[in-house]
Amino acid sequence: MPKVKINGEELEVPAGITVLQACELAGLEIPRFCYHERLSIAGNCRMCLVEVKPGPPKPQASCALPVGDKQEIFTNTPMVQKARNGVMEFLLINHPLDCPICDQGGECDLQDQAMAYGFDRSRYHENKRAVPDKELGPIVKTSMNRCIHCTRCIRFATEVAGIEELGATGRGESMEVTTYVRHTLQSELSGCIVDLCPVGALTSKPYAFEARSWELGKTESVDVMDAQGCNIRVDTRGAVVMRVLPRLNDDINEEWISDKTRHAVDGLRFQRLDRPYVRKQGKLAEATWAEAFAAIAAKLGNLEGGKVAAIAGDQCDAESMLALKDLMDALGSPNIDCRQDGAKLDGPRGSYIFNAGIRGIDQADAILLVGSNPRWEAPVLNARIRKRYLHGPCPIGSIGPAVDLTYPVERLGAGPASLRELVDGKLSFFEKLKAAKHPLVIVGMGAVARPDGAAVLAMARELVEKLSAVREDWNGFAVLHTAAARVGGLDLGLVPGEGGRDVEGILAGCEKGEISAVYLLAADEIDTKRLGKAFVIYQGHHGDAGAHRADVILPGAAYTEKNGTYVNTEGRVQQGFRASYPPGEAREDWAILRALSDRLGKRLPYDTLDQVRSRLVVVNRSFGAINEQQPGSWGPFGQGGSASDSPFVSPITNFFMTCPISRASRTMAECTASRGQAMAAE
Amino acid sequence: MASLDRTARAFLLTELVTGFMLTLKYMFKPKVTVNYPHEKGPLSPRFRGEHALRRYPNGEERCIACKLCEAICPAQAITIEAEPRDDGSRRTTRYDIDMTKCIYCGFCQEACPVDAIVEGPNFEFTTETREELMYDKQKLLANGDQWESLIAANLQRDAAYR
Repeated sequence: MPKVKINGEELEVPAGITVLQACELAGLEIPRFCYHERLSIAGNCRMCLVEVKPGPPKPQASCALPVGDKQEIFTNTPMVQKARNGVMEFLLINHPLDCPICDQGGECDLQDQAMAYGFDRSRYHENKRAVPDKELGPIVKTSMNRCIHCTRCIRFATEVAGIEELGATGRGESMEVTTYVRHTLQSELSGCIVDLCPVGALTSKPYAFEARSWELGKTESVDVMDAQGCNIRVDTRGAVVMRVLPRLNDDINEEWISDKTRHAVDGLRFQRLDRPYVRKQGKLAEATWAEAFAAIAAKLGNLEGGKVAAIAGDQCDAESMLALKDLMDALGSPNIDCRQDGAKLDGPRGSYIFNAGIRGIDQADAILLVGSNPRWEAPVLNARIRKRYLHGPCPIGSIGPAVDLTYPVERLGAGPASLRELVDGKLSFFEKLKAAKHPLVIVGMGAVARPDGAAVLAMARELVEKLSAVREDWNGFAVLHTAAARVGGLDLGLVPGEGGRDVEGILAGCEKGEISAVYLLAADEIDTKRLGKAFVIYQGHHGDAGAHRADVILPGAAYTEKNGTYVNTEGRVQQGFRASYPPGEAREDWAILRALSDRLGKRLPYDTLDQVRSRLVVVNRSFGAINEQQPGSWGPFGQGGSASDSPFVSPITNFFMTCPISRASRTMAECTASRGQAMAAE
Repeated sequence: MASLDRTARAFLLTELVTGFMLTLKYMFKPKVTVNYPHEKGPLSPRFRGEHALRRYPNGEERCIACKLCEAICPAQAITIEAEPRDDGSRRTTRYDIDMTKCIYCGFCQEACPVDAIVEGPNFEFTTETREELMYDKQKLLANGDQWESLIAANLQRDAAYR
């Protein structure tokens, strides 16, 4: 461990870090624009100059200089001050003075650092550089006059997002950041370059001119657009969600979030259910809560439990799913399911979570994807796999859809037959997996959400057991979910009870008239035509498929409007906080179920959120450990038997529209159109 | 002797006469009051009266929705909403000042980078209802159009001291 002296104070720092990082360890802030912890080092903004001895008698860029033993670093000498002032003045030469109309104003690195190191007037009287703006698609708005050429966006696109579409042309003053050929960014993470841009050159197009950073209320929450459970910050002005930004969490999303997570929130303003409805003479009519509950009580009051069924949606919080489960138990119905897509997952906890953890991807040294397209199912997780690929040799194989995952993948086949061959060791990739110390088998919903899913799951289990990938220090069996509520639902036992029906059984029962009433808790991804003549109660936040078919609509809260607990695909329990209130008459979901249970005479035993949460822990102890990944138990699961020959298909056909919120979002509609055009052009 | 003097003063009405003399003296002096509203007192070019939103000479509104006035307003009397206009420029869709909240401190015009919001020389904007004092963008722009020549002249006169 080298010993360095920073401003006269001695400090021992880890070997191999840079002078800038050493200064940070010493608690000193070094101004910087191009340096970013998660990107490669460019060293081109020159803002981080410090004085280093021994060395040449001039300031040096600390971001690109490794620490050495007995180095003396100075960050407050006149030389450093002068160098920073000079660099800042040069940066501002070509930077337009348009902070008042710039969306970055108030949260701009250049603005902040100019306050600290800038001069109060300009000595530059020539014309400023003018650069044409670029068209980067519906997410990113450009104003290239403001660019200071830090190249963070280029490095992000190339390294993290894996799309080599951004680059720089020209040198010196005529340097321009631009796309090479195509004119929109074809990445699911393109919104992150807006966060990375230290100036206002890249800003968010849907959020353009809408609000200032100082007007916004900031609430920490958890994303529900995919099952990764990315940590987000919801920014609200009044009751309106203005934008979503990532929160740092190295265990889950580092500091990236997908474009859907970031920009689908404008869907929260449209198509909302803001009051109860009851169907009268074939038409939905506005009603009061009392009328809606009366209509439900009249129907459910004299039904036997077996004729009632419930389906939980993909974005539900654990509290509401627990209340639904308790209500169904009270009504005596075993017909409950949280797996709208029909995934054959109901074994021990280890059989349905991403056991290795998202951090485990960094550790894996051979990865197999089974029936999964992580680029669409969990874009941030896909970036993590790409990071692993960049980090060193790691063979990655895929059985399933042939898609560009931004890293090279050895395609082993399309369906269960190829998986069988692999399990039997007939494919050469088996040897690579066998040789790996930490093999990782990622099973996607494309593999298990099909009639023969149990057989595929059994094959996957056979594979990991053959590879001895499930042991004390490593569990390489990983299920990648697409629904944010799924693991929570399975943890709470929202699967058919004894003699109960799953989603397919419920729908078949509805068609035959064996099920008379169905409770849809924000469940929109089922074929509502198959609900037949059943009495449908829909509780949710958007007027989507479920609400159209419903006989009674109970308006609930979207994920930004309630304090909710979510379990991500790796089995990590996280809590999101309420950022705004539900519109109109809408209420928090567990409270609606609690109120309804009272009306039905089956009163649920909790009145406050704290009581619901204590009950969560009673039902499954893993809910007691917030933000920690709870290891799953391992045991036999899956079902032998033959699998069909049909290839694995990813459940996501359009990345930008997968849930009621994103389907109501205008930005997501624009992204879909833009992606369609780009695909048509190819 | 003293009692004789006091009696003489009382009978000769000297105090009354002195009083009337003072009144008579002021009758021939220039008047200190002005005949408001026909006459008005002088105003400083820095006078902070009713707000106005100004335009450029070509008719384009000056306000660019930077929201600095909203941020600095100590009474939180200003509300602004903005979005891109059809030509892509940054403009307000809503610019409201609650004149009953406003404390006429003038911070908004100090904060404005484009001299759009100003406090003009008009102090006669009483209304019959409270609602009329909730100014919107239209009212403020109309004020600007009405008072532009005076506002511009005042800014010009004060420019040397800024």
